[in-house]
Amino acid sequence: MKVEELDIDEKIGNVRDVLGETQKKRGVLIHAFQSIQKEYNYLPEDVLKSLSKKLEIPLAEVYSTASFYKHFYFKLRGKNVVCVCSGTACHVRGSDKVLEKIEESFGIKEGETTPDLSLTLETVGCVGCCGLAPVVTVNEEVVGDLNPKKVTGIIKRVQNAK
Amino acid sequence: MTKYNGVTMEKLKTIDELNILRERLKEETFKPDTPRIRVCSGTACTASGTPKLVTAIEEETGKKGLKVEVVKTGCQGFCQKGPVLKVEPQDIFYQKVKPEHVRWLINYTVIGGMPYRQGLYRDSFLTDPVPDVADIPFYKKQVRIALRNNGLIDPLNINQYIAVGGYSALAKALSSMTPEQVLDEVDKANLRGRGGAGFPAGKKWRHTKKAQGKIKFVIANGDEGDPGAFMDRSVMEGDPHSLIEGMLLCAYAIGAEYGMIYVRHEYPLAVKNLGIAIKQAEKFGMLGKNILGSGFNFTLDIREGAGAFVCGESTALIASIEGERGFPRPRPPRLSEPGGGAWGYPSNLNNIESYACVPPIIEKGADWFRSIGTENSPGTKVFALTGKVVNTGLVEVPMGITLREIIYDIGGGIMGGKKFKAIQTGGPSGGCIPEGLIDTPVDFDTLTKVGSMMGSGGMVVMDEDNCMVDVAKYFLSFCQSESCGKCPPCRIGTYQMLQILERITSGKGEEGDIERLEKIGKDIKQTALCGLGQAAPNPVLTTIRYFREEYEEHIHDKYCRAKVCSGLGMFRIENDECILCGLCKQACAFDAVKETSRSFLIDQDYCTKCKACYLACPVGAVKVEKKQHVTRDA
Ligand SMILES: Cc1cc2nc3c(=O)[nH]c(=O)nc-3n(C[C@H](O)[C@H](O)[C@H](O)COP(=O)(O)O)c2cc1C
Ligand code: FES
Repeated sequence: MKVEELDIDEKIGNVRDVLGETQKKRGVLIHAFQSIQKEYNYLPEDVLKSLSKKLEIPLAEVYSTASFYKHFYFKLRGKNVVCVCSGTACHVRGSDKVLEKIEESFGIKEGETTPDLSLTLETVGCVGCCGLAPVVTVNEEVVGDLNPKKVTGIIKRVQNAK
Repeated sequence: MTKYNGVTMEKLKTIDELNILRERLKEETFKPDTPRIRVCSGTACTASGTPKLVTAIEEETGKKGLKVEVVKTGCQGFCQKGPVLKVEPQDIFYQKVKPEHVRWLINYTVIGGMPYRQGLYRDSFLTDPVPDVADIPFYKKQVRIALRNNGLIDPLNINQYIAVGGYSALAKALSSMTPEQVLDEVDKANLRGRGGAGFPAGKKWRHTKKAQGKIKFVIANGDEGDPGAFMDRSVMEGDPHSLIEGMLLCAYAIGAEYGMIYVRHEYPLAVKNLGIAIKQAEKFGMLGKNILGSGFNFTLDIREGAGAFVCGESTALIASIEGERGFPRPRPPRLSEPGGGAWGYPSNLNNIESYACVPPIIEKGADWFRSIGTENSPGTKVFALTGKVVNTGLVEVPMGITLREIIYDIGGGIMGGKKFKAIQTGGPSGGCIPEGLIDTPVDFDTLTKVGSMMGSGGMVVMDEDNCMVDVAKYFLSFCQSESCGKCPPCRIGTYQMLQILERITSGKGEEGDIERLEKIGKDIKQTALCGLGQAAPNPVLTTIRYFREEYEEHIHDKYCRAKVCSGLGMFRIENDECILCGLCKQACAFDAVKETSRSFLIDQDYCTKCKACYLACPVGAVKVEKKQHVTRDA
């Protein structure tokens, strides 16, 4: 999304009728982050600057809000995102082993991106597929019922995808 | 005028028009004699291969020229056996269906009317397979209210929702009940909030209704941040219209015009399905101005979260909706009061499942609802049963059912025939219930009494291989990392507790650590600002209460009986079991495994108890044992 194209009234939805201008501008902030991140994969500084101008919210406030939420990133992320679920069910069924194995194979730790930007490794609280624990998501796809053998399969899949 | 699945879709202007449409749809949809396959398209089944399966079914029926209706339903609950499907009219349940099974499945069941044995559910390899859904232990004891349509209808098809009786509660309320009567009915049903604390919904609605001000909000909490819980998601994904209808009824009762659904961002499918459902409801005239000609207005917006557990807390959720950092604030003002809700407007916040229970209550009456469950906790509750049980998945059971029934009858007992140790309920805010209390009935008050809570409905079963100290540490570290940092008891207190637990689980526990944990835990409970901090010590305090000896063992004997924690115990190789493969020696980074001509042994002076050899041994010959205390009598 281009910041200039951000339609505040449309994004805020039906409640626009009862809100003042400042409330509306503040109200679309998180929405705007989401759209920006969808486009750029992270929140680039210059885009946030123009967002701050457009919504008339100080840049420091913009950063303060964005950094509160785990979902927003300020650094470029890899083309593929592998996310190891560390929710309760996955933990009990050994998700840390899965994470270790992936960390080992790619030489990066959780939260890091490979230097060639092919892969970012993350953990998530719970993806809600506890029936299939332990679970990993590769980009949008959920891969469940893992064991070390299958982890290798995932790794291959990611490597082939790049 | 748009055509939609063969039905002309026009804005319904009156309640009668809706009723007429329903009658027509009832006849046209789900005809009893058409062959039908209801395939689960929940997130878990989709991950295990539903899309390929659907293609295979369509190809196969196309090839054979068969007319088979395929209904892509929401989560049917039995995710672990996914992809699952039901074939009608025979009502045969198939699990773990692969595309290559489809040919047989259609030949046998759809054409021949017989079960295809390979795809059926069975308790174990030794028992006979069970074709009939009603006979499968996992489903037998369930009673479905909130999940009534999951597994039945296509969530993206409003016609199917209407055909199975959807929006008839709305029609009833708008045509024959005053808002006050709707509220009274919910009050009388004693519907208690399914999102955690079990606060009576009727009371909350009344509060908001009484609040000054013309503009009011109805908000649904779909943040579902508890790791291990996914019931709200299955409603949002699998039956979005029942949430919309529940919110409509609430709005009608309390006089609200605006609604908001807050969904966590990890649930893209829920966001998508809700968006589609809202559009459909708007087109049909169930949302918007002058709904069904009644003069009642209500609109709905979706807000996506951005990955912060604390945003499930009511005041933090409001802050997040307003575009601020998701910080909780002290109450009052409550959400229901002027100045407390979204943008200061009085707001009613309920959990997704709470709203989903409302339409059946209005339709069938409070007495019907109260006839299910217990006196003080009527109705049902959906639980996400996970962990070390044979059958995992979503189960909806009447309140008052015992933990034993859930674990053994529905869950099929403990995996691998191991010994049950504890069940954790209520997520990171809940507690662990030990084996001795397994006959505890599950309802809001009893669970609180034993030190745990209902929470949003996560249930994690643990067996002898789970270390209770480690489990407590896991939940505490979750709360510690999710603490928003606003209040010191939560920010600093949880960190301190975690440090002590780290120490205990790495074999450096000290005398007095348990008491220190209890003291800090109680202090945090009393002084933290919001529910996150107030509940964060619960997992630690309950495990200390019920499994104190495990903590003591870690501290005094430096031993972890579940062999989960590293840095504890004494490592020894059992020569009788050793197959001399040498993997332990390779695994040891500290040269502690020594080799003789006929055996391997561990040099205790070098051993760091890192567990590498224990994990490396393919036959389990490395034993972790309690250190023997050498006591000398004087
Ligand atoms: C830290 C924290 C997280 C919470 N997360 C959720 C949640 O994910 N979903 C939910 O419905 N309620 C959650 N709650 C409870 C809500 O604050 C609120 O009580 C609930 O949504 C009210 O709805 P109910 O009365 O229908 O249960 C949370 C509370 C706290 C303190
Ligand atoms: S996703 Fe299919 S049973 Fe849950």
